[in-house]
Amino acid sequence: MLGRLSWAAIPFDVPVVMIAAGSVGFIIFCLLALVTVKGWWPYLWREWITSVDHKRIGVMYIILALLMLVRGFSDALLMRSQLALAAGHAQGYLPPEHYDQIFSAHGTIMIFFVAMPFVVGLMNFVLPLQLGVRDVAFPVLNSVSFWLTAAGVLLVNVSLVVGEFARTGWLAYPPLSELAYSPGVGVDYYLWSLQISGLGTLLSGINLLTTILKLRAPGMGYRQMPIFCWTALASNLLIVASFPILTATFAMLLLDRYCGFHFFTNDLGGNPMMYVNLIWSWGHPEVYILILPAFGVFSEVVATFSGKPLFGRRSMVMATMAICVLSFLVWLHHFFTMGAGADVNGFFGIMTMLIAVPTGVKIFNWLFTLYGGRIRFTTPVYWAVGFMVTFVIGGMTGVLMAIPPADFVLHNSLFLIAHFHNVVIGGVVFGVMAGITYWFPKAFGFSLNERLGKAVFWCWFFGFYLAFMPLYMLGLMGATRRMQHYANPHWQPLMLIALAGALLILLGIALTGVQLAVSIRHRDRYRDVTGDPWNGRTLEWSTPSPPPAWNYSHLPQVDRPDAFWAMKQQRGTAPDRSVPRTYETIHVPRNNPTGFYLAFFAVLLGFSLIWRIWWGAGLGLLGALAVGLMQAWRTHGEIEVHADQVAAFERLHGPKGRPV
Amino acid sequence: MWLRAILVTSAAISMASCSEGVLDPHGPVGAAERVILYDSTAIMLAVIIPVIVLTLVFAWWFRAGNRRARYRPDWEYSGRIEMIIWSIPALVILFLGGIAWTGSHDLDPPAPLGESVAPLDIEVVSLDWRWLFIYPHEAIASLNRLVVPAGVPLRFRLTSTTVMNSFFVPQLGSQIYTMPNMVTRLNLQADQPGTFEGLSAQFSGDGFSDMRFDLVSTDRESFKAWVGTTKAQGGVLDARTFEALVKPAKVDGVQSYGQVSEGLFDSISSGHRTAAAPQRGQ
Repeated sequence: MLGRLSWAAIPFDVPVVMIAAGSVGFIIFCLLALVTVKGWWPYLWREWITSVDHKRIGVMYIILALLMLVRGFSDALLMRSQLALAAGHAQGYLPPEHYDQIFSAHGTIMIFFVAMPFVVGLMNFVLPLQLGVRDVAFPVLNSVSFWLTAAGVLLVNVSLVVGEFARTGWLAYPPLSELAYSPGVGVDYYLWSLQISGLGTLLSGINLLTTILKLRAPGMGYRQMPIFCWTALASNLLIVASFPILTATFAMLLLDRYCGFHFFTNDLGGNPMMYVNLIWSWGHPEVYILILPAFGVFSEVVATFSGKPLFGRRSMVMATMAICVLSFLVWLHHFFTMGAGADVNGFFGIMTMLIAVPTGVKIFNWLFTLYGGRIRFTTPVYWAVGFMVTFVIGGMTGVLMAIPPADFVLHNSLFLIAHFHNVVIGGVVFGVMAGITYWFPKAFGFSLNERLGKAVFWCWFFGFYLAFMPLYMLGLMGATRRMQHYANPHWQPLMLIALAGALLILLGIALTGVQLAVSIRHRDRYRDVTGDPWNGRTLEWSTPSPPPAWNYSHLPQVDRPDAFWAMKQQRGTAPDRSVPRTYETIHVPRNNPTGFYLAFFAVLLGFSLIWRIWWGAGLGLLGALAVGLMQAWRTHGEIEVHADQVAAFERLHGPKGRPV
Repeated sequence: MWLRAILVTSAAISMASCSEGVLDPHGPVGAAERVILYDSTAIMLAVIIPVIVLTLVFAWWFRAGNRRARYRPDWEYSGRIEMIIWSIPALVILFLGGIAWTGSHDLDPPAPLGESVAPLDIEVVSLDWRWLFIYPHEAIASLNRLVVPAGVPLRFRLTSTTVMNSFFVPQLGSQIYTMPNMVTRLNLQADQPGTFEGLSAQFSGDGFSDMRFDLVSTDRESFKAWVGTTKAQGGVLDARTFEALVKPAKVDGVQSYGQVSEGLFDSISSGHRTAAAPQRGQ
């Protein structure tokens, strides 16, 4: 009846898990009770859960990412504290079968459910506003994408309590991940949650790509498109090109595990090396999917707060597109040590290094954007300067490992761990934090507390160096990744320093919570009534904060990248009051629960497949199909916002109503 | 006081990091790789340090409060600067690309190390979660301890019984994956006698952290003596006794075999026995 599921799947005998799960469960229960008692359900359902507004969906992505950051970071703390203890003959407090799940979950969660939703959320929120349009190309699909990602998140977290997670590392290399060596449900949790959320990411990529290619404000050609949109274009091209590889690779592994196929098994002609090639043909573009939009954020932030246009815009666009193409030609550098031969290794080493050229150009371009500026040191600028200093170090260690013989001694070591955290934290996380601080007032109508924002920056900045510089050294000393304990007692002081760094980052994350609470509490003090709190350059700052559901009452006319800056220059500082405006009736998409229902059935389907509950899988599949058909037969997809309503909104919040 | 404590600690740590691991090589491969590490780092630092300094200087000088800094609100292009900023990284990469290309040929793992001394053949099998070293010409084998003569090139052929591992002795240099049904090749050499730690650098399951072994480098006479005593101690490794090793087990001391059946490694690496390989329980 319940497949492989039984009471034995719940680890009652592991107190750490039960306490963690119990307290999280308690918090969720309290939240649900609060929402019910206060009668907030209709509001949540109407304004958020069924919303197809790209701004709301973007915000939900980022909330999801913040929650999962806490989960992924708890895993990091467990790992750091285990390694701080397990020196010499000590075994620490986490046995291998538990520790192996933790590092696998940490990597999987941080990449798929923290970094991705952060970046996709930012793109979702910003793109239509910057492009000067009213929504993304397919608003309902956008909601479906988000909810499928959330479904994947739910499945990963269920694995904490019901059953186990993969013990294979975050990319689940076969043959270790094959049924013969991982007979439990851990790898199935991994595969199904990533298949479901991966579908969401692909749909989101198609959606945003279509938006950039087909929907832009009148007059906005590619040459007039803001730089963040360019980086988002590159990122979504990569999503559309690479995520199908991931889905197909996982599908083959699933066939191996469920139907006795032999794509990657040891016997009957299977080839595990093929999996490693395929997974990195997705995996390397993936890191550029994450970093390119972060580069876009820094470009916007540096230009805005320097009070100057971005230096060398054409170079910047060329560099972005060069990285986009090159990122598909470097995957083999993840396994130089598989013995491919000197020519192959040499080729992929050089291709990898070539990416450093456009990336270096970008750094110089930001440098010369600062030059001649009048820099206002707001929190986003702290993140940007911190990024420029930190990222070049990560770039250097990356190029170092692109040299095959250097990689022969650094591969899989803690040096590698330090390198990719250097670029992911110093690049993606810093970029996302800058982006959140920068666009927060646009989303909510008030800005975040600056003092606490800077405190958060310093915690992350010094925390990163404290946590990962020791790992560079340990890697050179011969420490490898994924070890649960080590014999050499000399490594322990460095491990302790790394733990201290992680604790400092923890303080940073906690302060983000404090910053949000303080800013919300004193929101009247931080209120943005102008819609343009930073003296911005791009179109999103021409809308009120927060923008109405339809973004623009009149679609803007654009003839240059810094369109809003030019408008402000032409008008002088005051918005134009002389021209009387007439308004037209605007159609906005109606709320739609399809995404939420689909996610519900996707969770049912995924959970049932993981536990081999075949009737549940059938039910999930049929349910998803039925929801899809219902959506296909919907006729009333839009509601009208009458011209009078638009006019009333503009009188209240539009340029005339806004103080100058 | 604090500053001095920090300085002393960091000095101690940096000393420690130089006296073990890949920065303290004891063989020609590791030594050549260290040269590449140092040279490439130096080349890149020559660009990166100025960039970091310039970032901080520009950001500080052009702060909004500094009235002496000249504000150029419309400056966004300079052909000359563009030219320079594409050239600098391109030149660095041209240089490093050369190192990468020649380095990956000179230090290709299957490439033999010189011809003056006849190499010693060693066959490596990664098990769950132990290492088996077979000396085909001596017809002996050793579990979890690799004894080699110093100054003699070591010619490895490697495979795995179940999942992937990576054979790595940091102080000798290059690592290489071991994979089931496949043979990878690696050449290393220890220059002096000594004991060097070896490990698996590719995660392979619950017993992975204990997949460590000692590589004991001795002078040639001692090596010959070791081969003699190992033969004399006896113990047979053939297809049947090997099956007992395939069962998952954690490292439990070292062991040696005075007699190894011919062609054992080839039958392991060709996969002719994997059908019988036991599966891991939960």
